[in-house]
Amino acid sequence: MKAKIKAISYYLPEDQLSNSDLCSLFPNLTEADIFKKTGIRKRHITPEGVVGSDLGYFAAEKFFDEHNYDRSQIDYLIFCTEGLDYKGPVTACVLQERLKLNKNIGAIDVPYGCTGFLYCLSVAKGLIESGQAKNVLAITSDIPSTVIHPDDYDLRMIFGDAGAATLITVEEMNISGLGNFTFGTDGSGAENLIVKRSGTRDPANAAWFKEHEAVGGLPYGRMEMNAVEIFTFALRIVPPMIEEILLKNKIKKEDIDLFIFHQANGFLLSVLRRKLKIEEDKFFNYIEEVGNTVSVTIPIALKEAINQGKAKKGDKILLAAFGIGLSWTGTVITL
Amino acid sequence: MNIDEFIKKLALEFDISDSEQLKPDTSFRSMKEWSSMHGLIIIALADAEFGITITGNDLRQIDTIQNLYDLIQSRKQ
Repeated sequence: MKAKIKAISYYLPEDQLSNSDLCSLFPNLTEADIFKKTGIRKRHITPEGVVGSDLGYFAAEKFFDEHNYDRSQIDYLIFCTEGLDYKGPVTACVLQERLKLNKNIGAIDVPYGCTGFLYCLSVAKGLIESGQAKNVLAITSDIPSTVIHPDDYDLRMIFGDAGAATLITVEEMNISGLGNFTFGTDGSGAENLIVKRSGTRDPANAAWFKEHEAVGGLPYGRMEMNAVEIFTFALRIVPPMIEEILLKNKIKKEDIDLFIFHQANGFLLSVLRRKLKIEEDKFFNYIEEVGNTVSVTIPIALKEAINQGKAKKGDKILLAAFGIGLSWTGTVITL
Repeated sequence: MNIDEFIKKLALEFDISDSEQLKPDTSFRSMKEWSSMHGLIIIALADAEFGITITGNDLRQIDTIQNLYDLIQSRKQ
């Protein structure tokens, strides 16, 4: 029994933040500079009160509609976000009821960020290929806009909100649609990309709410990023990770049909592509219209690559993600 | 690569059409174009052109183009 990605749908909130909106808010910025720095023209922003599980719910309902899929087939639900509904219960349980999925299913949260989608795939592969589940729905959904201080234009330029639903199913075939994974973790860099005052460690308190009263109190915490450290981390970690992924999957770089990386930032992606000497037509990006949507960037890009005919059935696609944790992971999938 | 060639390359990466306005003693942070982006451009340039890693800490300790050039030369050896 082998696991394979069957289909993907994604959902974007209607509200948008364009480069010209940002320039009106911050006169020190120009549209050309924002685009040069990020490769992004607009981001979608969730309305107040619409949280990660809502975007995930919309994405999953869209999935059932678009693919005319019978939801009673789902026997395992994974929900990945950095914006869980509660500390308990697990948000996947709440979604099971809301999506009217069967009750005899497994449901877990994977509270990860940039590498979250690939973590979901690795869990789904383990469940399916060990015979524990047949149809795993992985919902990834993130709302970074809710943890960005309105004055932090460097972060507002980059991040957007979105949700995606990806179905991973069992297939009777010799080669797995989900290859071997490499993983990496370095908690020494945890402070370089972090949502402060967002959990039990140093929680947001009365003084915090008072300090941020003018901007709504920042009740979910505040994202802080050391851009230089994250940039050098990616330059350092990604090239050896790609080598390791190729080695672990016994495939040569030239036999990869398409490379799709976590859509962190357009400038970083172009630097990485040149460093790795990957031809432009084999390196697929989809960031211009949506920004960095954290755990949703890879499913959105993969879906768009399929829609645009850049990724076809049977193609070998190398997926790689890196970011908050710090963490990094990658694999080769076969469509 | 001598410092003049280095300045030309830097101007290209910084998108500054007139490289004459950059001198060895030009302080990065005093350039009117300077933004947090330029730190990343410097890191990417050092990585791609010279195979050298420049850290955030290194950036904080240099002020002028000459400082950066010297840092790269010292790492190359």
